[in-house]
Amino acid sequence: MPRSRYALLAGLPVGLALLALSLLASVRFGAAEIGTADVIRAFTEYGGSQEDLIIRTIRVPRAIIAALVGACLAVAGAIMQGLTRNPLAEPGILGINAGAALAVVGGIFIFGVSSLSGYAVFAFVGAAATAAVVYGLGSLGRGGMSPMRVTIAGAAMMTLLSSLTTAVLIISQQTLEQIRFWLAGSVAGRDLALLLQVLPYMTAGLLLALALARQITTLGLGEDVATGLGQRTALTKAAAGVAVVLLAGSAVAVAGPIAFAGLVVPHLVRFFAGVDYRWILPYSALVGAGLLVWSDVASRLVLSPQEIPLGVTTALVGAPFFIYLARFKVKR
Amino acid sequence: MRTSWFPVSLKVDLRAVAVISALAALAFAGTVAHLAVGEYPISLLDVARTLLGLQTGDPSNAFIVETLRLPRALVALTVGAALAVSGALLQGLTRNPLAAPDIIGINAGAALVAVTLIVALPSVSSVYLPPAAFCGALMVALLLYLLAWRGHSSPMRLILIGIGLSAMAQALTWLMIVSGNVQELSRALVWLTGSVYARGWDELWALLPWVAVLVPFALLHARHLNALGLGDEVATGLGSRVELSRGLLLLASAGLAAAGVATAGTMVFVGLVAPHIARGLVGPPAGALIPTAAVTGAALVVLSDLAGRVLFAPTEIPAGIVTAVLGAPYFLYLLYRNRNK
Repeated sequence: MPRSRYALLAGLPVGLALLALSLLASVRFGAAEIGTADVIRAFTEYGGSQEDLIIRTIRVPRAIIAALVGACLAVAGAIMQGLTRNPLAEPGILGINAGAALAVVGGIFIFGVSSLSGYAVFAFVGAAATAAVVYGLGSLGRGGMSPMRVTIAGAAMMTLLSSLTTAVLIISQQTLEQIRFWLAGSVAGRDLALLLQVLPYMTAGLLLALALARQITTLGLGEDVATGLGQRTALTKAAAGVAVVLLAGSAVAVAGPIAFAGLVVPHLVRFFAGVDYRWILPYSALVGAGLLVWSDVASRLVLSPQEIPLGVTTALVGAPFFIYLARFKVKR
Repeated sequence: MRTSWFPVSLKVDLRAVAVISALAALAFAGTVAHLAVGEYPISLLDVARTLLGLQTGDPSNAFIVETLRLPRALVALTVGAALAVSGALLQGLTRNPLAAPDIIGINAGAALVAVTLIVALPSVSSVYLPPAAFCGALMVALLLYLLAWRGHSSPMRLILIGIGLSAMAQALTWLMIVSGNVQELSRALVWLTGSVYARGWDELWALLPWVAVLVPFALLHARHLNALGLGDEVATGLGSRVELSRGLLLLASAGLAAAGVATAGTMVFVGLVAPHIARGLVGPPAGALIPTAAVTGAALVVLSDLAGRVLFAPTEIPAGIVTAVLGAPYFLYLLYRNRNK
């Protein structure tokens, strides 16, 4: 595998180009027939035709949102895996998505929130609160929790939070009707205005993650080694926690709970980029973006005209991978 | 006390007997209250008379007690016992205090099949839901054991793979929920939360054989469970056939969870919390732990159902919501207490 610095550096623009092609493909495929030329024309000489409208208000925002959400979730997953030295760590598995979902359902039920941007605020708060609880529980005790314990704690939190969500949905059928598509995870019908609201958080999260890349690499060697090298590990962990909250929170805010997107990508990336998070993080962002764009295309095409929620597609791809990891990659 | 013809040694533990009696009294009190209170209150004296088959002067009492409330209370007791013993077995054989049938996907498998049935064939009678859910739960258990098998099974792989299977089943369940229409979905959701609403004698007779066979089976295998708790090497050294006992106990645990879930839906945290309370009361040896967990679970569910009926009357809260709300803080406390293990 190419691990020379030059090969990895050259890989980044290639990856970007591939991602651009994926975005174009995502814009082209769909119910209405649209050609590549139409896409270019919609932006160069906007004529207000139906195609132009579909491209500019539906297809393009959807592709961009899928890509950004994928990048955020993958980077969040990479940080969580590095920090907890747990190959199974991921925002969905550790209950962060479920916390966001409960907050949104509660927001609708109690405060009558009805807009996507309203959901986003609650999702953000819920994700952050759950991340803080799981993270706090994970840092309790001597030397933090083992991968096993963090995973079980997360899974149990998920059970707890989703049973409370179900409870609200039973009490209020109106909430159920309003929320069930959001709850399954989707990037359909999101507009750019919604994205612009969370974009600052996403950018801040990505930049913070990249700034911490060297420290996370060192921390991956073990807490003792990192301390020995003069790192203030508590500070690194806290900052990385903030980055995870920003990334996972804003991703869930836009797209709903999308499970397993953050699990697969860092493993794929480590396979060719090695163990240095200064390479893992940017590549995770690229590959995560591509993965989610293509998952979204698949969600639209597989059962077309019916659409599978994106969160279901990623879970069906990611859960077998999770089982594979649990079977072969976790040391007993 | 040890007999030559029966392969169990019964050390009569006085503390366990006292604890079990106290819990049984609590469960009994819960059951009596269950029979007496409600939209149509019946005095305790009349409840007793009705149960003994005497006239009470009000002919509707017999109907309310014997047809509506008694079977429901008995189903709650039995479901609680089944889930609690299932959790106790699972925690013992995985050597993990946080394992529970709801976490390793057995509930999720049952839920997936039941929700699929409700959404795909809305006209199907609810009679078919329990057996379908039962098959789903057992399928997940078998798949879990196969996937966790690598020359030998490992408790840790069992749990982690179970979490993966659970997530997958939940994703498919959401696919069903998104494609169904809202009327049927409410039915599916009540089922997903766990409730003993409108359960009658038929459900009780369907559930009872499983509990009557599998709980004694678990008791007979208590010594294997104790050996497994010491670690695979020690257990093998003690002459325990580790894989065989683990496989059988896992199946027994899955069977109990499946029977409970098939009857009452996915009632969360009973399988996690009841064995813990029991362990706190009588300690870890399985011979005393299993019966104590059973009565704890029975009391927990019957009291949760009672609370769900009474708290917001006339609106009824599914018992599963009550167990979730009670179980959540307890679970966080467990995480905190086990932080150094």
